[in-house]
Amino acid sequence: MVKQVITGNMATAMGTRLCRPAVISAYPITPQTTIVEYIADFVADGTLKTQYVKVESEHSAMSCCISASNTGVRTFTATSAHGLLLMHEMLEWAAGARLPIVLVNVNRANGPPWSVWADHHDTIMQRDTGWMSIFCENNQEILDSMIMAFKVAEDPDIMLPMMLSEDAFYLSHTSEPVDVPDQALVDKFLPEYKPEHFLDPENPKGFGSLVMPPQYMEFRYKMAESMDLAREKIRKVNDEFYEVFGRKYGNGLIEEYRCDDAEVVLVGAGTNASTVREVVDRMRDEGHKVGLARLRCFRPFPYEEIRDLAKRVKAIGVFERTYTFGYQGPFTAEIKGALYGTGVDIPIKNYLLGIGGRDIRTKHVRAVFEDIMKVAEQGLDQETKWFGLLDGNTPEEEL
Amino acid sequence: MIEIRFHGRGGQGAQVACLVLAKAAFMEGKEVQSFPYFGVERRGAPVTAFTKIDDRPIRIKSQIYEPDHVIILDQKLVRSVDVTSGLKEGGVVLINTEKPAEAFADLNVNVKTVNATQIAIDHGLGSKEAPIVNTAILGAFASATGLVKIESVVTAIKELPRKPDANAKAAQAAYDAMEGGA
Repeated sequence: MVKQVITGNMATAMGTRLCRPAVISAYPITPQTTIVEYIADFVADGTLKTQYVKVESEHSAMSCCISASNTGVRTFTATSAHGLLLMHEMLEWAAGARLPIVLVNVNRANGPPWSVWADHHDTIMQRDTGWMSIFCENNQEILDSMIMAFKVAEDPDIMLPMMLSEDAFYLSHTSEPVDVPDQALVDKFLPEYKPEHFLDPENPKGFGSLVMPPQYMEFRYKMAESMDLAREKIRKVNDEFYEVFGRKYGNGLIEEYRCDDAEVVLVGAGTNASTVREVVDRMRDEGHKVGLARLRCFRPFPYEEIRDLAKRVKAIGVFERTYTFGYQGPFTAEIKGALYGTGVDIPIKNYLLGIGGRDIRTKHVRAVFEDIMKVAEQGLDQETKWFGLLDGNTPEEEL
Repeated sequence: MIEIRFHGRGGQGAQVACLVLAKAAFMEGKEVQSFPYFGVERRGAPVTAFTKIDDRPIRIKSQIYEPDHVIILDQKLVRSVDVTSGLKEGGVVLINTEKPAEAFADLNVNVKTVNATQIAIDHGLGSKEAPIVNTAILGAFASATGLVKIESVVTAIKELPRKPDANAKAAQAAYDAMEGGA
């Protein structure tokens, strides 16, 4: 293994090369652009043998991946924000056709107002498409997750596409040391993709054609079943990856940090969890029983892990980098849903931070911890807190 | 953790500079993190970039608000941006300028200066109107702070895709031009 100082986008490109997709199709969009450029460099210098298809839109990029995947080969694409939204129709198709495409989405805010900075709305909007969805915390995790993503997605029991999300700029353009594994190890861990069903003129089959009402529901049930099975598969592949490469990410679905005797925990996803980790250590040194539960996998949702965690703590604060207009942040709603009827009745408070790339500082995390500790003692004061609004009444620690 | 904040303009190479500095420190066995803060590509607009150096993995993903040192690639920014905001006591503020440090005495901080613009032009980096000063100023920074060795800076620069040798020589020339060092 060679440790290199690289950006999240370079980690994505190197991860792509290690996984040897036969077809890649992508359209450039800030802040994903350098992924497209680095992959082009690899193709040009001969270190990546793949069919690299240039297209005129993200809708076409996903269509291209779908067609190629249907012929029984590994495919990859990357996009961001409006690119992902334009893909939406074909995301549905990829999942319904049970094609194990892997996509890296660089989390960026949707316009207007125009923005290129970090926000989780783009990913969250794809919740119901049937894609597995994972949030990465650092560049190492991006590269490692690519290798795991293909392995999970291509499992005959799963056969669903997977989306990996990396925060715009905080990962995409941030350089940090990354262990780049040996190709031989990756090849052994992730053998060539050989599906049972694929387009073959010698052996004609129907793909994606019309079904009558009695059949459609059966297909949807099969998808639901595979998505549920994916929980166990993601945990298992996370363990197998650890055996070979020496790194793992919690149990694959969720990563607890100093939660064992914690009284309050923050749940977060992506890079905000990294900053929370640092603050947990500082506050632990001061004697506060605080912890972090990093939500790595959003779909399938780790409801069992959330139930287990909630039993052990007095209150949960949820960091959200987007809002579901009309009712709370997406993680908060899922967590509350998971706990309904379990007999666990603790305060859960929704904190909106970092939306549209607003910087999340250690002092902000500390202020949230102090607030949720107060909630644990005194009960919930409000369900949703838009943290640090510039309305003139905001305390200094939130600015 | 040591935190360095760069102030420059789009096109001057602040993004590359923050990475080269990180790579130089990484070669010396440090943990590093570097990133630019900028919008859509706008040549000439003020940009900031950040390098963090530590003995343990760096987990804080936010920008730098209390820098140990500041590097300024365009002296005009000194009067238009709050470049010393949050600067820690004794931190070096390295400015690319033809003027002596005394010209910035009103900042009341530890200013060091280097004529990175002239050094860049002398080494054929960018044009006379828009010289690329990022590598020269890193050579000066190695001298001004002693935080990284000039050899590490030169080695990191040599990995750059464009004009690695001219850039390395510019860094060395700026290092040599600094008086006193750390």
